[in-house]
Amino acid sequence: MKKNNLKGWLYLLPAIIFLGIFMIYPLIDVLIYSFEEGYNFASQTHNGTGWYNYSYVLHDTYFLQALKNTFILVIITVPLSTGTALLIAMALSSIKKLRELFQTVFFLPYVTNTLAVGLVFMILFKKTAYSDGMVNLLINFFGGESVDFIDGPYWAKMLVLCIYTVWIVMPFKILILTGALASVKDDLYKAAKIDSTPKWRVFTRITLPMISPMIFYLVITGFIGAFKAYSDAVALFGTDLNAAQMNTLVGYIYDMLYGSSGGYPSYASAAALILFCIVLTITCINLMVSKKSVVKGV
Amino acid sequence: MKVVLDKLTKRFPNRNKKIKTEVTAVDNFCFEIPDGTLVGLLGPSGCGKSTTLNLISGLEKPTEGRVFFGDTDVTDMAPEDRGVGLVFQNYALYPHLTVQQNIMFPLQNFRGERKLTKEVMLEKTLEAAKLVQIDGLMERKPNELSGGQQQRVAIARALVKAPKVLLLDEPLSNLDARLRLQTREEIRRIQRETKVTTIFVTHDQEEAMSISDLIVVMKDGRVHQIGKPQEVYDDPANLFVAKFLGTPPINVFKGRVKKHMIYIGDNAILKAEKAEDGDVYVGIRPEGFIPDEKGELEVSLKGLEVMGRDTTIVSDHKDCENVEIRSIVSAETRIDTAAGSIRFKVKPAKTHIFDAESGERIYY
Ligand SMILES: Nc1ncnc2c1ncn2[C@@H]1O[C@H](COP(=O)(O)OP(=O)(O)O)[C@@H](O)[C@H]1O
Ligand SMILES: [Mg+2]
Repeated sequence: MKKNNLKGWLYLLPAIIFLGIFMIYPLIDVLIYSFEEGYNFASQTHNGTGWYNYSYVLHDTYFLQALKNTFILVIITVPLSTGTALLIAMALSSIKKLRELFQTVFFLPYVTNTLAVGLVFMILFKKTAYSDGMVNLLINFFGGESVDFIDGPYWAKMLVLCIYTVWIVMPFKILILTGALASVKDDLYKAAKIDSTPKWRVFTRITLPMISPMIFYLVITGFIGAFKAYSDAVALFGTDLNAAQMNTLVGYIYDMLYGSSGGYPSYASAAALILFCIVLTITCINLMVSKKSVVKGV
Repeated sequence: MKVVLDKLTKRFPNRNKKIKTEVTAVDNFCFEIPDGTLVGLLGPSGCGKSTTLNLISGLEKPTEGRVFFGDTDVTDMAPEDRGVGLVFQNYALYPHLTVQQNIMFPLQNFRGERKLTKEVMLEKTLEAAKLVQIDGLMERKPNELSGGQQQRVAIARALVKAPKVLLLDEPLSNLDARLRLQTREEIRRIQRETKVTTIFVTHDQEEAMSISDLIVVMKDGRVHQIGKPQEVYDDPANLFVAKFLGTPPINVFKGRVKKHMIYIGDNAILKAEKAEDGDVYVGIRPEGFIPDEKGELEVSLKGLEVMGRDTTIVSDHKDCENVEIRSIVSAETRIDTAAGSIRFKVKPAKTHIFDAESGERIYY
């Protein structure tokens, strides 16, 4: 027994060493930085310990803006992308002809370069000297006023960011949900049909419960992904996100470290730990909810 | 409710898309199932039993022919409007619902006039559960039940809405041997109690013979014979039916008819007044042999299997198509195992001859 245990640990050793060096050590380090006031990289000195860094970050308007932006992004994009992906996956599963073609089309964004996607969004939304962007052309066509989506009002910029995020995460969700739908046994649907089950009831009482593990998987990873959003905002609004009011939590942390007004590892560490706590809490809540409502033993 | 199948035919496009020819799963099926009977649909795997059932339930549309429930033509009716109960081979219970919720599911679909109150639904659910004797397991999920219990839940779910016709697709094939015996009796009892017209699909002849009022023997989409189990056994229409029914199976010999005598090898075993001369297959049921020193059929003895109630004589003949000849005689019969061969008289009622080409029965 003992000997076997030792062997097991021995096998795990390489993984533990790597995890220790690249994950656990930095995590502890960040934790320590976050309590050291005015830490300086170059001199490796600090002038006191305490909660000051947290207090500073929580009172920083840029941080509060980033927090707000991130929360809006999470709350809008996660349900929206999961719901739309489910609709598209169901549509895909119900058609026979051209199914493969559509599957490929919907999967394209997943394999498309981020810069190319950014370019597409520029064409759609950006005002240039020559045009107001495709979306504005449409708005004008229906008699509306042009909106500056990239440098204009807050809601317009948020809208573009949300659409962009939804669009980026959708293919993966469609892929997962199409697979989940295909794995529901056909006999269940036949049994429901024989028993004259209305369509909406088949969906809510059979389809949805049967694919609920996959939906929860997508919601949990979706939350985590949205909380870590940063590059999407950069792709749309450039690197000075604070000025554009479009910063996210990860963006704030990055700026605190390397941005033009950066060089504050202590503040960055404190912000990172706040983000960590938020993600941890939300994920725990998610898991608790899913334990209650996800169908097991399917 | 009587069920009438009129020239029912179903052709599928080939599953392998490169092959253009169609697969005829059910071929010109004509049959009238009397009200309140239990009919066993019997045939080897792939002969079109499930397809026939699906045509009756409406899950498949026939290529040709009509289906009637009573006097109503239901051919163009959707499955949900036909009022059939279907039990699937793998039960198809809803895994996330409890036994009670599973059984109640069809009742909750009733709309309009038929809509039931919660109390009535619970009452009917309990009634159906009691009928199949699972009323003690109402709060369990399907994965907490044994195969036999799941089967009962599936039957209860099919019966709860009082279907006009109950269809069972190989309902016993996922059960172990002992449960299978028990459950088939159970199905028979439930059918007797509810008097619902029931069609029961199986590839196991013993299963079909033991509980059906009528059996339909199918092969390659065609009906080969319809009748009461004992009649079909005693009076098979052709070689396939004769071989398919009975354990141990019928012993088949290559033989011929010459001058109104049936020959196996050089032994003339029976008179055949009405039969023409020609090559035939001779089928003799295991119980059709009488050991007799003056018997006409001589075979080489291979061994005895004593089972208490009766004895199986295992023997061999060069013209026999089976691996070995099995004949069942009463345990009192004295047989000299040291002898190399044994002679039999054969019972005419247990001996059938079939055309060597077509396999059709020849009456002699
Ligand atoms: N949907 C289908 N498409 C093509 N061929 C089918 C289809 N369903 C059944 N078949 C064919 O029809 C024949 C009868 O099938 P089935 O009714 O399932 O047989 P059984 O239930 O007696 O085993 C088989 O040859 C099978 O391959
Ligand atoms: Mg079948």
